[in-house]
Amino acid sequence: MASTPTSLDDLVQQKYQHGFVTDIESDTVPPGLDEDVIRLISRKKGEPGFLLEWRLRAYRHWLTMREPHWAHVKYPAIDYQGISYFSAPKARADAPKSLADVDPKLLATYDKLGVPLHERARLAGVAVDAVFDSVSVATTFKSRLAEAGVIFCPFSEAVREHPALIERYLGTVVPHTDNFYAALNSAVFTDGSFVYLPKGVRCPMELSTYFRINEAKTGQFERTLIIADEGSHVSYLEGCTAPMRDENQLHAAVVELVALADATIKYSTVQNWYPGDENGLGGIYNFVTKRGECRGANARISWTQVETGSAITWKYPSCVLTGDNSVGEFYSVAVANHYQQADTGTKMIHIGRNTRSTIVSKGISAGHAQNSYRGLVKVLPSAAGARNYTQCDSLLMGANSGAHTFPYLEVRNPSATVEHEATTSKIGEDQLFYCLQRGLSSEDAVNMIVSGFCKTVFKELPMEFAVEAQNLLAVSLEGAVG
Amino acid sequence: MNSIQPGDVILEVRDLAADVQGKHILDGLDLTVRAGEVHAIMGPNGAGKSTLSQLLAGRPGYTVVRGSVRYLGEDLLALPPEERARRGLFLGFQYPVEIPGVNNVYLLKAALNARRRQLGLPEVDAFEFLTLVRERMKLMQMDEAFLSRGVNEGFSGGEKKRNEILQMTVLEPTLAILDETDSGLDIDALKVVAAGVNSLRRPDRAVVLVTHYQRLLDYIIPDQVHVLVGGRILKSGDRSLALELEKRGYDWVRSEASAA
Repeated sequence: MASTPTSLDDLVQQKYQHGFVTDIESDTVPPGLDEDVIRLISRKKGEPGFLLEWRLRAYRHWLTMREPHWAHVKYPAIDYQGISYFSAPKARADAPKSLADVDPKLLATYDKLGVPLHERARLAGVAVDAVFDSVSVATTFKSRLAEAGVIFCPFSEAVREHPALIERYLGTVVPHTDNFYAALNSAVFTDGSFVYLPKGVRCPMELSTYFRINEAKTGQFERTLIIADEGSHVSYLEGCTAPMRDENQLHAAVVELVALADATIKYSTVQNWYPGDENGLGGIYNFVTKRGECRGANARISWTQVETGSAITWKYPSCVLTGDNSVGEFYSVAVANHYQQADTGTKMIHIGRNTRSTIVSKGISAGHAQNSYRGLVKVLPSAAGARNYTQCDSLLMGANSGAHTFPYLEVRNPSATVEHEATTSKIGEDQLFYCLQRGLSSEDAVNMIVSGFCKTVFKELPMEFAVEAQNLLAVSLEGAVG
Repeated sequence: MNSIQPGDVILEVRDLAADVQGKHILDGLDLTVRAGEVHAIMGPNGAGKSTLSQLLAGRPGYTVVRGSVRYLGEDLLALPPEERARRGLFLGFQYPVEIPGVNNVYLLKAALNARRRQLGLPEVDAFEFLTLVRERMKLMQMDEAFLSRGVNEGFSGGEKKRNEILQMTVLEPTLAILDETDSGLDIDALKVVAAGVNSLRRPDRAVVLVTHYQRLLDYIIPDQVHVLVGGRILKSGDRSLALELEKRGYDWVRSEASAA
């Protein structure tokens, strides 16, 4: 007929907005990995002996491991000897003391991303520890945090200035033997963020790090460690964008969270790495290990993530609920478009008594994308009275996308309660037509439907980040009453 | 938009033939709807009633083989569905969809503003909007809690139909096409829905009721009744035709038409 049928596919074909490379000279180690490269990295960073030993142990263990292939993703073999394991902006000796000293091109990059560092930091009251490639180049609001006794700094700085904390906590949640990528990360990680909250301290601001992957053929091996001592409270935000690139880039980060008794850690991620072009070429491979342990009674760890990027995502932010009455939460929106593949989910390990966990996963698949939810709820015999609630919803856009759900349950305590709900729906030509018939444009209609679908997760994001998430999904929640 | 006078032609369907997935559903349908009128289209299952409603609203998937449709003087078939809606063509859905997480009030406001933009009016003021919606909800005997619920989310069949009519009374369309809005309603709900439709009746608007049953027409008195069989309108008449159909079914219309 004469009227234009509205194609969902057209709407989801929008090009990645942040495709550009910042031209900054880098000090890059030649590709390849052996013990000498690890020694070089450790020496360049001036690390203490225990850390070098730890790296080498991880490397030797990694050599005995095989790349895992159980995830519902497909990609060509990765040549680990073809990756350069270290890259830092040059002239680190005279690193910038303030934003004024930062390479203007770098700041311009943030501007293009809509993340003007200084503006954002000041206006939003967010301290930004900007990780540019592998070395942090700007840290703000340090003094205000220092007043409160909060340590928020690049990981390498923490290694130099707080080696005792590093030695005590590093690898205690994600051991170097944990999995293939975690082992690799442990061997070669270059930098990342470190946070420590002393007893009873409520962090005076949201802590935020923007990651960027910028150097060709540079694997990114970030290491983040957050320790919340007894009764403390912190909200940490991680956001990522990356420039357009023709080669696949490996990213294998490790994030470890430790919440001691009565402490709360809220970790939010908005991830917008380059997903590859319409044909699935050139995107980021994101194999990340994120895990938190509620090590004391009444501790709480909450993961909230909005994933829109990466060619391949392999990611399971997890909670180990060791302390009695501790709480683990996982709220996730994963969007996969074109030929993106996402295999993501969570693990909730109930060890302490009366531990509780909540999982809300929203998967959106469009184009030829495959989106899988993989979740494990494990209740150990010690976890009397444990409770879990899982809700897992999938939204399909167009005829060629796929959604898969792999829930695993292991309950070894009869007093535990485990609930699982799952739905799969199609964004339907029906829903879309309904909105069009009420006069909405197709773009507004899709945004509205998607944002409605994601609502329960967006509610969990800190305000500033919710805005970011909305932009990323091109979703407008504005004007929603009630 | 020029003001519409009573008796002006709002919708003019001429010799419309349309296929769905290669099947002929409409086959030479004629229909003229003028301002101020209420038309009822009745017919057996599979006669093409819903196809006609959906096609007029612009749902993708229908192929127009021949004929024309003019709406307020424009070529309706050349307009995308959202443009038809903004020009005041409203479809009350037979099966309204659920849109989880999207507030009813949000959709309603977006819809009203889309219409207002078309009319060259500013976005509706929040207070004015709520006053309007509350008043219409009273008419539809709906609870206010409904506003913050997801669009049709977990609604009963009757609630969904009420919601359609509520939207209609807020949007005040020039032409409302109600596709089996009465199906699945108990008698009380039917009366409420009828009250909503009757409140919309004005000399510059028109309503097309697509229905199986005569009983709706006890509460909404139509000016014309059409019998749609085999993709075309075989017979038209006044309200008494509906009563006759209820008594005698549709076969006599078929044989009468083939004899003619």
